[in-house]
Amino acid sequence: MHPARARRLKLVVIMLIGVFIAGGFAFLAFKENLMLYFTPSEVAAGKAPTGQRFNIGGMVVDGSVIKSSQSVDVQFDVTDYDKTIRIKFADILPDLFREGQAIIAKGKLNTEGVFIADEVLAKHDETYMPKEVADSLKHKNKPGYDKTKPSPSPSPSPSP
Amino acid sequence: MYRWFHQLGSPPTFYKWSGQWLPWLTFVCITLFVVGLYGGLVYAPADYLQKDSFRIIYVHVPAAWMSMFVYVVMAFSGAIALIWHIKLSEIMMLSSASIGASFTFIALITGSIWGKPTWGTWWEWGDARLLSELLLLFLYIGIIGLYSAIEDKRKAAEAVSILALVGIVNIPIIHYSVIFLNTLHQGPTVSKFDSPSIETSMLIPLLIMALAFKLFYIIVLLMRSRNELLWRERRSQWVRNIIKGTGNV
Repeated sequence: MHPARARRLKLVVIMLIGVFIAGGFAFLAFKENLMLYFTPSEVAAGKAPTGQRFNIGGMVVDGSVIKSSQSVDVQFDVTDYDKTIRIKFADILPDLFREGQAIIAKGKLNTEGVFIADEVLAKHDETYMPKEVADSLKHKNKPGYDKTKPSPSPSPSPSP
Repeated sequence: MYRWFHQLGSPPTFYKWSGQWLPWLTFVCITLFVVGLYGGLVYAPADYLQKDSFRIIYVHVPAAWMSMFVYVVMAFSGAIALIWHIKLSEIMMLSSASIGASFTFIALITGSIWGKPTWGTWWEWGDARLLSELLLLFLYIGIIGLYSAIEDKRKAAEAVSILALVGIVNIPIIHYSVIFLNTLHQGPTVSKFDSPSIETSMLIPLLIMALAFKLFYIIVLLMRSRNELLWRERRSQWVRNIIKGTGNV
């Protein structure tokens, strides 16, 4: 190879290595801040900011959803299969909201440790399947559980 | 091999073979789009949870894949342009920028349209996947802007190559953001080591659409590069021959 080209090739490779190292460090440094939500375990461990708005993410616990008959008030529990936190919400839930669904709630913890949400988002998981497949899977385990989350305890939910 | 490569990259040869290939590529691309869209919109069953709204995946996911693929191609051409000073790779890099920007824009818009009924929000500022994809759009726009701002086009291509190479660090961040971070955006369905988390009948149209998008990129890239090449080489003999319609290129 022409020496000038070899030199430029070397410079480009060095630049790329430098950029990736810098990018890697920046990513590690900002990782904490790039997290969109805290899990119930992190909240229980006191990692979430107190007296300030933050986001909480987890699975809606089966059978925990209590809807008010007079208003849109709703109360439910979210879990990461380790710790569970109660959430209260007084607005319209997203269409995908259901038991066993991963959600993200935005709001504040009150003094009793209940999370008062002012916004609830449904987090869709990466599985796509037709209704028939989902129905036949229901007998084994419920679809929609995020399998990437740690230690899902053997689901005690009775199949309908 | 090297000689053949060199010849392929010479402007008149490139202009000739790309002209021969374009009609065929266009034909295959249109066929793939028709088959893929039929497969996605009609043949594939509705999702058990999202019903028919999941079908936006057939545009959103190929566009998002292409937004990253085009960037890698662009940065790679940039590296070649920096090291070997090949004019054609400069042109390819520049022609890719606006195509990549369009794919990124489509991915962001379709994602937003899907996000409203699924997540319950158009946009989430705290989501690393959404932000890094938006950053990608800004990178593309920055590259187009930088190129236009510098008068000497050879110098401009050099500056743009460096910017494109630096920006490539964003590509793994886009891909891994949903794996290493808590995000609203879901993890990868297809591009992972595990078997895809999507039914085969839904997956096949997606792959066909991905292929159609890729061909579409190649076609537009060739067309844009041909135009840019003619403009840059407008004073050379082979372009004059084309204009006069006398010489064969």
